[in-house]
Amino acid sequence: MLITTPNLTKPDETYAALIATHEGLSEAGSHALNARLILILMNHIGNDAVLAEALRLARDPESAQG
Amino acid sequence: MKDLVPERYALAFRLYPYAKSPDQDAASPVRHKVVVVGGGPIGLATALDLGRRGVPVVLLDDHEGAGLGSRALCFSKRTLEICDRLGAAGPMLDKGVQWNLGKVFHDDRLLYAFDLLPETGHAFPAFINLQQPWFEKFLHDAIVQAQAEGAPIELRGRNRVDAVTPATDHVALDIMTPDGPYQLQADWLIACDGARSPLRGMLGLAFDGRVFEDNFLIADVKMKADFPTERWFWFEPHFKSGDSALLHKQPDDIWRIDFQLGWDIDRAKELEPANIRARVDAMLGPDVEYELDWCSIYTFQCRRMDKFRHGRVLFAGDSAHQVSPFGARGANSGIQDVDNLAWKLALVLDGTAPETLLDSYDVERVHGADENILNSTRATDFITPKSPVSKLFRNAVLELAEHLPFARSVVNSGRLSVPCTYDGSVLNGDDHPAMPARTRPGSPCPDAPVADGWLLRRLGRGFVLMAINTDAPECLAAHGVRVPRLALDATPELTARYLGEARRAVYLIRPDQHVAARWESFDESAVAAALARAIGKG
Repeated sequence: MLITTPNLTKPDETYAALIATHEGLSEAGSHALNARLILILMNHIGNDAVLAEALRLARDPESAQG
Repeated sequence: MKDLVPERYALAFRLYPYAKSPDQDAASPVRHKVVVVGGGPIGLATALDLGRRGVPVVLLDDHEGAGLGSRALCFSKRTLEICDRLGAAGPMLDKGVQWNLGKVFHDDRLLYAFDLLPETGHAFPAFINLQQPWFEKFLHDAIVQAQAEGAPIELRGRNRVDAVTPATDHVALDIMTPDGPYQLQADWLIACDGARSPLRGMLGLAFDGRVFEDNFLIADVKMKADFPTERWFWFEPHFKSGDSALLHKQPDDIWRIDFQLGWDIDRAKELEPANIRARVDAMLGPDVEYELDWCSIYTFQCRRMDKFRHGRVLFAGDSAHQVSPFGARGANSGIQDVDNLAWKLALVLDGTAPETLLDSYDVERVHGADENILNSTRATDFITPKSPVSKLFRNAVLELAEHLPFARSVVNSGRLSVPCTYDGSVLNGDDHPAMPARTRPGSPCPDAPVADGWLLRRLGRGFVLMAINTDAPECLAAHGVRVPRLALDATPELTARYLGEARRAVYLIRPDQHVAARWESFDESAVAAALARAIGKG
């Protein structure tokens, strides 16, 4: 089951860390980093059903329940 | 005099020269039980399998032997096991190059190496590399041997089928030979006439699928190089000879090199030896001496016929389905078609099984073709990404693969051919939950060492009841089939592959060495019911 309720303990810090990771990269470099990040996170999650739900939600955020 | 059946390509081996058959002078068309059209690996294997089962078979080919060029190169363990049943595997193994190690490069970096890790306890290696003409020659040698032992196989070279007319109880053929035309009739016609199948065209049958917009150059080079016997695959190689490249060893000091050229190319120009040499030089370096042995540019498609059975005409191999070469799923899947079809047709012809058993050939091998098409399409999409974002992710996977093992599992330079399990087939019978998934009904039997050799050799080419650590009658006769018993004591391999958590097992095994059904102990009525199912009477 994909978690869609708040789950980050420090949302501001985590978001800032994401942006900081991209600092100094070209647009192509940032796209490549994002692709690597997605692959790393997908492997960590590892659960097909959760991933399928995340892919669907990313494609169509309006389909979120509640 | 005009050549009525001109050669369209040069031959590597002239195996069955044209000889006039008495059929050509017959007053009315002679009827044969089975006619096979096409003398490639699939046609030859079909004739051999049927002939060894005692089924009279006539093979027609518009050439007199094996065409020149390495073409199909990697033959899988399952193919070798099937060829062993047909009496052809020994010379293949002797001549072929065995390999287990693969290396994957991106640009100028080695990302990782992989071992095919063939499980121990198998008679045959995971793969051998052998040029297609040699594979065909060894099948032909086995046919000559089988003929000498009385197998009713007849090969007719330079017999080109020009027309096919299906009827209710036979198929009529118009054939052209160097001596002019004649006609034949066949109870059953097996079309093994390749990806461009003229028979499929004559019958007006569709062959739909996906075209990949890419060209690949094969350059077979002969050289005394001390590269190791490994499969090397480059994504975006630093030597810029293509968008991807593959180096693979063949017998006789020949190396297969594949370059991905892209879609918009000038074919004739790319095939000029100077241009091929420029690419090869860039890859091998300036100091390597070599000769160009054989070169070809090919494009490919992933597609299949809707159905492989059309009344009394059955399609097998590339005529029925075509895949990209990544994963060695072309000839290897065709040989599995033969394995599936021959015993069924033999049982239908001797009246043991109903004609509808042949519909299971269609269902099971369509299932196999879909699996191969899916795998080879995914490999192709990884090797030749179709959009900028697809390429972005592909290269992200490659970058991670150098450092992170998980990403290596995503890298796809071809998922190498493994035999298909016929999940959901109507021929499948009872299963047992304590036994391993890899030997569930529909699965090909994994080999294992047994007391006097190898399990698959002991299974033979008919139905067999394998009893491990338990008793079963020495021979069971039901529904017109004699099923001998093979009694075995559990070994570590048999336990891992066939028993799992169970202490004993009884397996009903089909003539193509796929599992029909399995139980923990022998029950005559259960076995008889499973046998009925497996021959299409269930």
